[in-house]
Amino acid sequence: MADVNRGNRPLSPFMIGSVYRPQITSVMSILHRLTGIGIGLTGVLVVWWFLAASTSPYYFDFADGLLTSWIGNLILFLALVSLWYHFFNGIRHLFWDAGKGFELGQVRTTGIATAVAAGVMSIVTITIALWG
Amino acid sequence: MGFRTDRQRVHGLGTSHTGAHHWWSQRLTAVGMLILVPFFLFPFVRALGTDFETVREIYGHPFNAVVAMLTLAVGFLHLQQGLQVVIEDYVHDKPVLVAMLVANVVLCAAFAMTGIFAVAKIAFA
Ligand code: HEM
Repeated sequence: MADVNRGNRPLSPFMIGSVYRPQITSVMSILHRLTGIGIGLTGVLVVWWFLAASTSPYYFDFADGLLTSWIGNLILFLALVSLWYHFFNGIRHLFWDAGKGFELGQVRTTGIATAVAAGVMSIVTITIALWG
Repeated sequence: MGFRTDRQRVHGLGTSHTGAHHWWSQRLTAVGMLILVPFFLFPFVRALGTDFETVREIYGHPFNAVVAMLTLAVGFLHLQQGLQVVIEDYVHDKPVLVAMLVANVVLCAAFAMTGIFAVAKIAFA
């Protein structure tokens, strides 16, 4: 029988905290999910900004002013870093889906490369936003 | 019952019944985003924090407008597919699950449409 062990085996994602020690693989995995959701929520703000820009100069100034207030800038900064993280980690996911890059050393190296690339591209984007 | 194979007993018990197709479709929108996001992001951050006229000028440009509309379409589709997996992972009560999946489809489509409508209105102005 395939399930003699039914109900008595570990279910990995639900062990975080009690049994499972955080490590680069599990932390990056949950970050992919969190950044995806975060970008989605920020996307709604971006839609609102476009809607304001399609309506009137007054409405645009209101929406744009809110998005570039300190709290708006903080949200956009977090969304930007999230987007680049999710972008590069997404490439990593697509390689895994093709069956490549599963060696433990490779997982570490590509994980670190993802974090570095996300940092660099965030700085590049902010530079363009400020002086582009 | 006792004569059925293990495979028969689990057949069709997945949450959406169309896992492989959903999985593949999600990879396609991921690759789409890979191409679209850089083209969308750079004009967008240049427009952000400027004035009404500048934004109209940037999105009056057909390339910027079309890329923005494509990014909204593919991005919210990718979001809908991604959130569906998240919802299926955490919600196990069937009526609640179905309600959330429906809300997910409707809201993601509504935001995509609203954004596309707005960009088109700017581009045609
Ligand atoms: C920028 C290019 C992007 C790439 C390359 C990408 C790639 C991916 C991939 C490969 C997955 C599946 C991960 C898995 O197998 O678990 C995924 C999931 C997801 N993505 Fe993206 N994505 C991108 C942009 C976005 C954007 C803009 C959003 C939000 C609007 C988003 C939201 C999500 C969500 C919510 C999930 C589900 C996460 C999960 O199941 O844990 N992604 N993405």
